[in-house]
Amino acid sequence: MQSSEIIGWFADIGLVDRPTVGGKGGSLGELTRAKIPVPAGFVVKTAAFERFIAALEKEDPIRPKVEALGSQEMERITAVSRELRERLENALLPEEVNSQILASFVELCGPGNNLPLAVRSSATTEDAADASFAGLQDTYLWVIGLEETLKYVRSCWASLYSVPSIAYRRKHGLPESGVAMAVVVQGMVNACKAGVMFTRSPQTGDRSVVTIEAAWGLGSSVVSGEVTPDRFVVAKITGEISVREINDKHIRHLPAPNGGVGEFETPEEMRREPCLSDAEILALRDVARKIERHYGRPQDIEWAIDHSGRILLLQSRPETVWSAKQSAPVAKPAEHPMQHVMRIFGGRR
Amino acid sequence: MNETATMKGFPVPSSLKVAPGTERTQAAYPYYMQFTKDDDQRFWFYNSMHFPEPMCVFDMVTAEAAYVALGSANTRIHCLPTTLGIDCRIINGRVYIGGNGVTDPAEIERRTKEFQQRAFYYYANWERLVAQWKKKMIALIHEAEALPKPGLPDFEPIEHVHAGRGIASNHYLLDVYQKTLEGYFRMWQHHFEFLLLGYGAYLTFFDFCKKAFPEISDQTVARMVAGLEADIFRPDDELRRLAKCAINFGVDNEFGTGRSPDEILASMKQSGEKGKAWLKELEVSRDPWFNINVGDGFYHYHRAWNDDLSMPFAALPGYIANAKNGDRLERQTEKLMDERKKLIADYRELLETEEDRAAYDQMIELAHRVFPYVEGHKFYCEHWYTNLFFNKIREFGALLAQYGFFPDAEDVFQLSHYELEAAIVDLMTAWSNGSVPRGPAVWPGVVRERKAAIAEWAKQDTPPALGPVPDIIDDPAIVMLWGITRENLDKWLSAGAQPNSNEIKGVAASNGVVEGVARVVKSAEEIDRLHHGDILVCQVTNPSWTPVFQKIAAAVSDIGGSMSHAAIIAREYGLPAVVGTGTATQKIKDGQRIRVDGGRGVVTILV
Repeated sequence: MQSSEIIGWFADIGLVDRPTVGGKGGSLGELTRAKIPVPAGFVVKTAAFERFIAALEKEDPIRPKVEALGSQEMERITAVSRELRERLENALLPEEVNSQILASFVELCGPGNNLPLAVRSSATTEDAADASFAGLQDTYLWVIGLEETLKYVRSCWASLYSVPSIAYRRKHGLPESGVAMAVVVQGMVNACKAGVMFTRSPQTGDRSVVTIEAAWGLGSSVVSGEVTPDRFVVAKITGEISVREINDKHIRHLPAPNGGVGEFETPEEMRREPCLSDAEILALRDVARKIERHYGRPQDIEWAIDHSGRILLLQSRPETVWSAKQSAPVAKPAEHPMQHVMRIFGGRR
Repeated sequence: MNETATMKGFPVPSSLKVAPGTERTQAAYPYYMQFTKDDDQRFWFYNSMHFPEPMCVFDMVTAEAAYVALGSANTRIHCLPTTLGIDCRIINGRVYIGGNGVTDPAEIERRTKEFQQRAFYYYANWERLVAQWKKKMIALIHEAEALPKPGLPDFEPIEHVHAGRGIASNHYLLDVYQKTLEGYFRMWQHHFEFLLLGYGAYLTFFDFCKKAFPEISDQTVARMVAGLEADIFRPDDELRRLAKCAINFGVDNEFGTGRSPDEILASMKQSGEKGKAWLKELEVSRDPWFNINVGDGFYHYHRAWNDDLSMPFAALPGYIANAKNGDRLERQTEKLMDERKKLIADYRELLETEEDRAAYDQMIELAHRVFPYVEGHKFYCEHWYTNLFFNKIREFGALLAQYGFFPDAEDVFQLSHYELEAAIVDLMTAWSNGSVPRGPAVWPGVVRERKAAIAEWAKQDTPPALGPVPDIIDDPAIVMLWGITRENLDKWLSAGAQPNSNEIKGVAASNGVVEGVARVVKSAEEIDRLHHGDILVCQVTNPSWTPVFQKIAAAVSDIGGSMSHAAIIAREYGLPAVVGTGTATQKIKDGQRIRVDGGRGVVTILV
């Protein structure tokens, strides 16, 4: 199955394709092209969503209904949301969309079709540094089989019509015609440990460090805040590890016996053990530097380390909090270098 | 945390008691260095960086000459806007110091104008003035070397009579002594000519980095500035060279275990051409590079390598073994310089604005220009010149001992420099009058008493600081030279509050984690107690200790910042180091197992 108007394999897409593959999809494509290890996968592009909506709108309008809502009318928003989500989650996919996803699914999973997958929404407005939609869309982990996959692709699409999503768009007056959703379908990492990292300090904004948060199992426990992760601070350039904060990681997320992900108690002997070795911290730093260099700006990265010790990247997006601040220069050049010494000799100012 | 620290504070000077039985020795220090009741109002800290051991009465001349020179450079020559000199007191042999700040805005303004005309001239003409400085220093060294050995003939030589000199040898005792003392005070004036300006430029860059990269480690900034090409590193380089020569000439087996330097030298002499060739190379290294002493030059008993070859010879077997294992013996200066360049460029790339990058370029350039002086001056001042000074005093000691003033030439260092002049005049008088000097009836008892006092003081614990804790340490001299910050004082206070804690915090000076046996080395004389793989725990290290870094696994010190000697050398050898702990030598017992985490600046006593 080649990339097409409907399907985009990671290797064939990049950030510039964001309008058709969404922010998450574009970012995964970009990472793949930059030779940064990312679990293999493809994006169900926005064209698939457009065709799906177009087919549905032939029966009954969708977008005009949303646009008719006032931003304060929470009751009406809730009612419309419930109605639309139910329609999207239960409708059949247009034939061509269905067959292309099927072909890609088979290619990704190989024989047996039972490779665990992550199905993740990838909105076209998401990850824009100025209007972060992050967290407003859904991610489904450890999805097994075609039926489940298709179900969650539809769930992702439907999440565009969740109450907060609609409310957000109404509040900002965003046109519905511009709203589209791509969906990432990607192999799942059987993570031994996972977490997030920032290529600057969230506390001080220092760009010379990488801050890593890590816990046992899948990274979802860290992202959701259900566990207090270990925290490491490593100097980006020298590799000095200046902070090693080891916390009680009482639970971990692991694949559940019946599909999906469950929360399990961490075995006693692992709870207070550091979940990363120095070598792993340094390897993560290398990856973080590579990604930041590639994008040319600070990044917020999700990563995992599988049972064979391989580091895999799940997501990278621009860091928004510090980057949004107007950074005033620490010092301005002086007419002559020696004038700078007045900072030290001039006394407190 | 700050508040509790303020409430606690350190003991006031008047609460310290002179140890019973040592009162007369305490009184032998000059009156202007004794604590008075007024001193209770001020903050003082124990200068264990420079004076980690109780001071013999004579050795206080170093503190005196140094603070006179530091103060005049700050107060009168360069007119530092916010800081004057440093006052110095001594009790129970321990040197406490306190800075004099300027707080009146009008006075700061007035001094700032002066400072900019003076200091800026120095920065603008740095290289020329440093070159001139080196000439001055070498000339001063030659002057000291040219001073004759003091001696008293039975009769004046007939040539002096024929030449009509008309001045007898006893006069030259006073002349040489006064010139010796004057030269030492002058040397310290030279020492401080550039030092504060140099540290200031370094600290300017340091301060910028800390603001631009709030989480950057001190040692990273230090690595960006340190040059490693200064003369102070030469003695160690010479040892590596001699190790290689020994292998090349086939005389390396002479350095077997258990042989004294004298035995080795004698055996070399007898081993024919090869041994002689090596001895020739040794002579090349010795002048001037073995004029480094085993201390920081602040104690008369820290002898120069040239006067006691046991330190350099003890290091040679290690270097020889390393060379045979295929190590390149030269310090990899080029590689280190490339790393430094890359480090600077990599951090530069992280700066957010063009303006920052331009300011950064200016500051690092200035720091690189001034730092060779900061690193290099020590060889000429604290080592080469100081060795000459103490050796000249030793010659006076030998002369006085010959006339029965005390049993041993070394006893001369139990007299203050004022008392020594009096003893010299006593001898001059007796020699000229044909009478008996009075000294032999006075000094032997005094010397005994003072030696006992020093031994008593060495046993006592010393509070790291005295008096009320200031809200903020705003004196650039104190911060730069001693690394005393409000944060450090709080650490010292809290260390005192938890005597049972097994963790000691300090400055993270060199990365890595190591566990091993602590060897608490309280003075340079104990250095040979260090075995391969030990962790050195000391008050402070200095350049002549460099050779021990090849055998230790990690280093811990009471005093020092990220640019201190121990930090620089530990980084070069890739050993973990924690410096500036304040209390490591008091809290860690010799032989205990400890863990040194150089990246976090924490030492843990493992029970």
